Amino acid sequence: MSSTEYKNKPLYIISSLVENKPGVLFRITNLFRARNFNIESITVGITEKPDLSRMTITTRIDEAILAQLVKQLRKLIDIVEVEVLDINNTVYRELALIKIRAKDFTNRNEIINFANVFRANILDIGKESVTVEVIGTPDKIDAFKNLIIQYEIVEMARTGVSALQRGE
Amino acid sequence: MNIRTMAEMSGAKALMDSLEKEGVDIVFGLPGGANLPIYDALVDANFRHVLVRHEQSAAHMADGYARIKRKAGVCLATSGPGATNLITGIATAYADSSPLVAITGQVPLNMIGKDAFQETDIIGVANPCTKYAFQPRHATEIPEVVKKSFYIAESGRPGPVLVDIPKDVQQEVTEIKFPDLIKVRGYKPIVDPDLSNVGKAVELLVSAQRPIIMAGGGVILSGAFSELQALAELIMAPVVTTFKGKGAFPENHPLAMGPIGMHGHAEANRIILEADCILAVGARFSDRSVGRFDEFGKGMNIIHLDIDPAEIGKNKSVDIAIVGDVKSALRTMVKMLSKVAAKKSSDNQWLKRRKELIDYFSQNIKDYPRAMTARKALKKLRELLPAESIVTTEVGQCQMWTSLHFDVIAPGTFFSSTGLGTMGFGFPASIGAKAARPDVHVVDVAGDGSFNMTENSLAVSVLENLPVLVFLLNNDMLGMVAQWQRTFYDRRYMGVHQKSCPDYVKIAEAYGANGLKVQSMDELEKAIKSALRTEVATVIDITIDPEEDVYPFVAPGTGLKDMITGA
Repeated sequence: MSSTEYKNKPLYIISSLVENKPGVLFRITNLFRARNFNIESITVGITEKPDLSRMTITTRIDEAILAQLVKQLRKLIDIVEVEVLDINNTVYRELALIKIRAKDFTNRNEIINFANVFRANILDIGKESVTVEVIGTPDKIDAFKNLIIQYEIVEMARTGVSALQRGE
Repeated sequence: MNIRTMAEMSGAKALMDSLEKEGVDIVFGLPGGANLPIYDALVDANFRHVLVRHEQSAAHMADGYARIKRKAGVCLATSGPGATNLITGIATAYADSSPLVAITGQVPLNMIGKDAFQETDIIGVANPCTKYAFQPRHATEIPEVVKKSFYIAESGRPGPVLVDIPKDVQQEVTEIKFPDLIKVRGYKPIVDPDLSNVGKAVELLVSAQRPIIMAGGGVILSGAFSELQALAELIMAPVVTTFKGKGAFPENHPLAMGPIGMHGHAEANRIILEADCILAVGARFSDRSVGRFDEFGKGMNIIHLDIDPAEIGKNKSVDIAIVGDVKSALRTMVKMLSKVAAKKSSDNQWLKRRKELIDYFSQNIKDYPRAMTARKALKKLRELLPAESIVTTEVGQCQMWTSLHFDVIAPGTFFSSTGLGTMGFGFPASIGAKAARPDVHVVDVAGDGSFNMTENSLAVSVLENLPVLVFLLNNDMLGMVAQWQRTFYDRRYMGVHQKSCPDYVKIAEAYGANGLKVQSMDELEKAIKSALRTEVATVIDITIDPEEDVYPFVAPGTGLKDMITGA
């Protein structure tokens, strides 16, 4: 599959509650590998219940494959709940830290202006770089990244998506 | 807490008591450094231990036992190589949904991750071929882990579970509590089918002009033999099976068509193309059964009944899906059908077509006019073997010839490594089957290549008084590979010749079994009769022609319609 073909596939957010114990992440990622499913991002963290973690997986696949993926996930004994979130009824965010090359005052100013427009925070300014924190949907982070790519990205770290269904 | 459910003991003793509570009467295994405490506790256990000569065979024996008993078989191995040797057997059980509880020793907890002697990350290794893998880290966890293991292995779509117990956990002496109830919150097997879907399926089946039933391994796993037969007779549908489903339906029944697939019966492969409605029961539309997924079932209504929701739509999208236990769903369908429709007549065009196809292909499949062929040998075996005998196979030509030329009459008396296709499976598995049913004859239809892989189980068969008959179709070849090299690689043979080594009669005798070499049908008949009479482990070494191919043949990547009959 070419990268544009891949990018054109819809983004799905799969939210699951999993047992909070060793080896669970391995079992889940191993399933993706063994069944040839692609993961775009995966986040894991504790929930309001200490024995459960929430795992949020984003993937770009066809709908038929999505159904199969969810069924295979449901079969895993460490997964207590799985659902595909309806993007229109979901709040979801990702955080990115981007260290951008900024050799002179003008560059730094421009980057800071862009960051303000995107409501991003400047976390660090060095002699040759500015580190920005952007929070938003993956699209927003992509847009920011595409804008500042002209200055050269020194390093980037993205958290992957965390998501919750909206309240009633 | 009463005394019976709580006592001070070692983890190893807790393991024995837990296995007893699960009704285990036999375990197959081999000791080593990391499971010595388990073997020490086995001295006082109230069930039988069968010492194997290779751990792979322990897993196959437990698997064969499980397939006949329809409850989990148990195998034991030590850490490291003992555990990895089990893996082929575990993967075989996984591919065929056979319930297995594999118990491995592990290096002590404080050595895990230190690359200790005979340490392997067996939890990681086993992950893709088990339903679940446990590693109790305290002796107190063992009873619960064992109970969960049997529950997971046997319920829903059955499969293997691994329990990896570090040596110090086996040795730890502490207060042990045995739970009466366990709960696995992430595991919810669906048993009762959705009734509205069952109703729709029944309507479709009643209105179909040319209905067909495709019975898979799920029928055998759930023991739904009488329900399947009742349903087939109500709607007068011919019954084909997958290879795993061979023996789900008596193959001498007037509606039986035998297995479909790469080496399925020609008439079965043909009739399924002409059906207008397929009821697939406990089958998974594997490539070996249906050929090309995109071609199979085109223009037909497909009803798919399976206990595993993930099988629905995996290889084939279907019109009606019923998720649930095959036995319970079929029973409901039979009840509904008995209400809505009178039994269909057997005098109809569709059943005439069935007969026509059978007659046609009985004349139009390549035959070998020699005095001694695999086909003739298997027909002779069928003739002489009581119907309730259990038959299993190795993998390759011997397996496919059995599929084609050996009719299974009593449902549930046949099994084979159909999913993973594990050479060396049949012989140890037949020993496990014999342990499950010592009252019937057990036969392993073998080829020389496969038998060679686990023939050291002869020691187990002889010493443990678990006599089986190895029906060795010896073409001195890795025959199926040779057939493919003949067919697809212009007879450029590579790596297939066995060069008459070893001498199987001498091998049998070296282990204290009987070895009989036969070169004619007369000798074969005498040998079979003598083996069935003596009830001693026997290898009948049957010389067959290395050029005898398996026909029909649906070449890989093609559809059932492209079947080659060789005629």
